[in-house]
Formats: sequence, structure tokens, C-alpha cells
Amino acid sequence: MRKHGKPVEEIFHGVFFACGLLSVAFVLGITVYLVVSGMPAIAEIGLGDFLLGRVWKPSGGQYGILPFIFTSIYGTLGAVVLSLPLGLLTAVFLSKYAGKRSGRLIRSAVELLAGIPSVVYGLVGMIVLVPAIQAAFGLASGATLFAAILVLAVMILPYIVNVSTTALDAVPREYEEGSLALGATDTETYFKVSMHAARSGIATAIIQGIGRALGEAMAIIMVAGNVANMPGLFKSVRFLTTAIVSEMSYASYGSLHRDALFSTGLVLFLFIVAVNIILNVITRREDA
Amino acid sequence: MEERNGMERRSFLRLAGSLAASALFAGPLAACVSPDASNDTTGAALSGTISLNGSTSMEKVVGSLSEAFMEANSGVTITYDATGSGTGIESARNGSCDIGLASRNLKESETGLKAVVVALDGIAIIVNAGNGVADLTLQQVSDIFTGKISNWSEVGGTDLEIACIGRESGSGTRDGFESITGTEDACVLSQELTSTGAVITAVGSSENAVGYVSLSAVEGQGDVRAVMVDGVVCSEDTVKDGSYAIQRPFNLVISESATLSDAAQAFIDFATSDEASDLIRGAGAIPIN
Repeated sequence: MRKHGKPVEEIFHGVFFACGLLSVAFVLGITVYLVVSGMPAIAEIGLGDFLLGRVWKPSGGQYGILPFIFTSIYGTLGAVVLSLPLGLLTAVFLSKYAGKRSGRLIRSAVELLAGIPSVVYGLVGMIVLVPAIQAAFGLASGATLFAAILVLAVMILPYIVNVSTTALDAVPREYEEGSLALGATDTETYFKVSMHAARSGIATAIIQGIGRALGEAMAIIMVAGNVANMPGLFKSVRFLTTAIVSEMSYASYGSLHRDALFSTGLVLFLFIVAVNIILNVITRREDA
Repeated sequence: MEERNGMERRSFLRLAGSLAASALFAGPLAACVSPDASNDTTGAALSGTISLNGSTSMEKVVGSLSEAFMEANSGVTITYDATGSGTGIESARNGSCDIGLASRNLKESETGLKAVVVALDGIAIIVNAGNGVADLTLQQVSDIFTGKISNWSEVGGTDLEIACIGRESGSGTRDGFESITGTEDACVLSQELTSTGAVITAVGSSENAVGYVSLSAVEGQGDVRAVMVDGVVCSEDTVKDGSYAIQRPFNLVISESATLSDAAQAFIDFATSDEASDLIRGAGAIPIN
């Protein structure tokens, strides 16, 4: 209950409110800045040529980001497809089967995985994974979309595990007891009852994983090869994020090239906004 | 070359003159003027800030030059933004820095600017230490990067597919390499990396790979090896005498319209002086004199 009339309380109420407003101001500021700096290049290049152009060659005046868009989508989906089963089964184990000791071990390992800086993922990927892929598939270079997908899959694993575990933990014990009482085995109960009850939490986990994978740059710039090809599993590819990172430092100020990178940032931002809206819809449906 | 030497001589004369003048008029004070401080002002202490902006490839060279210059002129502060040649040239033109740094020649579109060469840099073609190929012609290098040659066996190596590793669009090294080999926008790369170190790591970990980096970066690397180009080893001597084909200048870029501060002019004179040579060599590039 809130107590009125005390000046200290009033002041702190104001402080908290101001802090809350600050985040809103940041988001608005970034949005406005991205739109303002991203629109000119889109206007100059043309929305169709920009979004659907297949060739990115700044020195030749060609700015098509379709390869980046497809790469980001393929890479993210690939990572989720690999990471989801693994993460979900880990979550079931942690939530339902794990003993105290094994649970603690796995949990802290997952937490550590989440805490590893992305540049370290990239480094390990570059030194270990890329040569391994090259040798395993007999490629000229192992820096491919496939390598990026593997790195992203490991990176989003802790998010999927954590959020799904919380969701599975929150399933009322009665549901499971009811299922067991009807003669279902543990496995049947967890897959058919617990997961069903926790489905919106699991959906949240997936969406968060997607958001994380879409926005990642540092780790994949080191393993994806970074050439602006249309994506193929064993081709060198460039993501929306890495497109910005790799060329921003060298694009000269005021050039169309630099503006086009801002526009790429705007497209990426819109993707993230879309992901967040979907996330909100899912959680709101849950609340209703 | 003639013209530059002429300028050299003039600045040397100015320097000698100013030193003599200080000796005459300031007497004992002249002893305080360090020979390193090749400023061309009339003995007055330099002060102010010199802002440099541009090529990341020039970081080491510019770093040691400015360190020595600031030591000799305690009133001067030099700032350096390592952004890239394009940005450096642009900021020299629009006046947001005093001196731009460009590890390539000025393009025709980049007008109203003057470039002063301070050093040369050889671009080495590197392969994995396990790669048997030791010599390529410039034409072969160009064909490899454009994809016309796609297997090492075609140039006398083992039967392995070639993986070309390049730099990102806008990089001075890429620009230098592509303009010299005539492969502008025609390179078929399997990796496009954003730093010299990343290229060396990638080439060092794959026998298929070939890449290009600054000569100075290759020394002391066990995993990679520079190949000869047209039968010429990539070394300081061969870059300087012009026999090694793949080389580029390190330029200080100044605007023709803006007037330089005394400090900035003194820095340029210092960077092109004989005293700077050892510093430049120590930083891995090749001094011009």
C-alpha cells in the first residue's frame, strides 16, 4: 500500500517515475535517430532496390541488402531449430528429473554459458569450429553460414533453457499428478501435460532466442566469412548485423554508403521490434 | 620524386636556418632545442593540438611519430582517430581534423587536397606455412583472387581448392591490393575479414587459404609465409627500390584551402625528415629517405 503525505515518499515516487521515463526516452531517442538517419539512403536507393536488391557493392553504387536479410533469417531459424530440442530437453531434465547435485552442476554450466562474452564464442569458433567444418566437409573454407548457425545455437541455448525451465517449474503440480494418476508414464506426462501447460513460456523462450540471435554480431563476424553472398549452408555469408559492423569504420562520412549502413540498422531494428511485438502478444494472451 | 626531394631540402634549409638563428639570437637557449624537434618556426615553442584522423594501417607509424614529436615539443598534443583512409581524407577536406591519414593514393574525386608521402608499405601475399607454393606472378595473384585460378595445383602446389581471404570494403589494405592487382570489385572471396590479425589467423589455420596483409605484420608469424611476387621477395629493400610490385604509400593528407597551424606544419616536416626514418622503420613501415 502506498502512503501519501510524507514528502520523502513523494520525492522517491518522483525519482522512480523519472527513472522509468528515462528508459522510454532512450528507446524513443534511438528510434527517432535510426529513422531519421536511415530514411535518406532508402529514399535515394529506392525501397525496392534496397530491400530486394541482390548485390551489395558500395564501390559500384549497388546497395541491395536482400542477401543480408535472408542470411539473418536463415541463420536465426537454423540456430533455433538446433537449439530448441536441446534446450527444451535440458529444461525438462532440470525442472523434473534433476537431483540436487546434478541440477546444480547443469544450472551453473548454463549460467556460465550465458555469461561468456560473444567475442569469445567467435574466437573459439574461428580457431576450432571453422577448421573443423572445413576438414569435415572438404571445403575450401569453413567460414560459412553453417559455422555461424552452430555458434548462434550454442549462444541462445542458455536463454532457451532458462526461460523454459522457469515455465516448466511453474506448471501446477496437480496437472502432473492428475496425469500420473490416470496411468500416464513420467515421460508421457512431461511431454503431453507439462509442456502443453508451459507452451506460452516455451514460446517466449523461442522468441527471446530469436531476438538474441538476430542481434548478435561479434561472434558471427568471426566465423561467417562475411562475404555478401546470397545465403547457402556452406557459403560465406554476411548478416544484417555484421554488414554494419564490418563496413561502418571505413565508410566515409556523409556518403551514401554510410547512410545505407544506417538504413540496414533500421531494417534490423524493425525486425527486432517485430519479434518483441510477437513476444508481447504471446505473453498478453497468457495473462488474459 | 624530384619535387619531393626539393621540398625536403627546403625544409631542411629552413630547419638549419632556424637553428642557426636561435643559436645567434637566443644564445644558450639554443641548446634546449632538441635536434628531433624539426620545427620550422623561428625558435618559438610550439603549442596547441594537432588532430589526426584516418587509416588504421598507419596506426603504428603515426603512433611512434607523434610520441617522439610530443616528447620534443611538450606544448603540443597530438590526437589520432583510427577510422580509415576514406574517413581521414574526408575529415581533412571538411576541416574536422588537421591532418588526414591515408594508406592509399588520393582518388581523382578527392580534390582540393595535398598528399605528403611519409612512408611506403609493402602488401605481402601470405599463404599457410604448409603451402608449397613459393612464387606467384602478379597476374597469377590477380587470377587467384578473381577466381580464374581456383586450385593450388594450377600454380605448382598441391591439389587443394584455393580459399581467398580479403578485407572489407573501404579498407586501405584492400584498396591498395585491389588497385595494384587490378581486381577492383572482381575478387571472389571466401572470407572478408575486418582486421590484419584476423586475416593472419585465418590463413594460418587453413592450407587452402591465401590472403594479403601489410609486410610489417608478417614478420615473426610462424603459421603464415609471404610468397614471392614476380620472383621478388617482399622485403623492405624490394619495396623501396620499387621491384616488389604490391606496395602502397602512407600519406599525410592536408587540405589545400586551409592554413596549417605551426604545430601541424612542424609535424609534417618532422615526419618527412631523416630523423623520422628510424621511427618509421621501427613501426614496421618503410621510410622514403
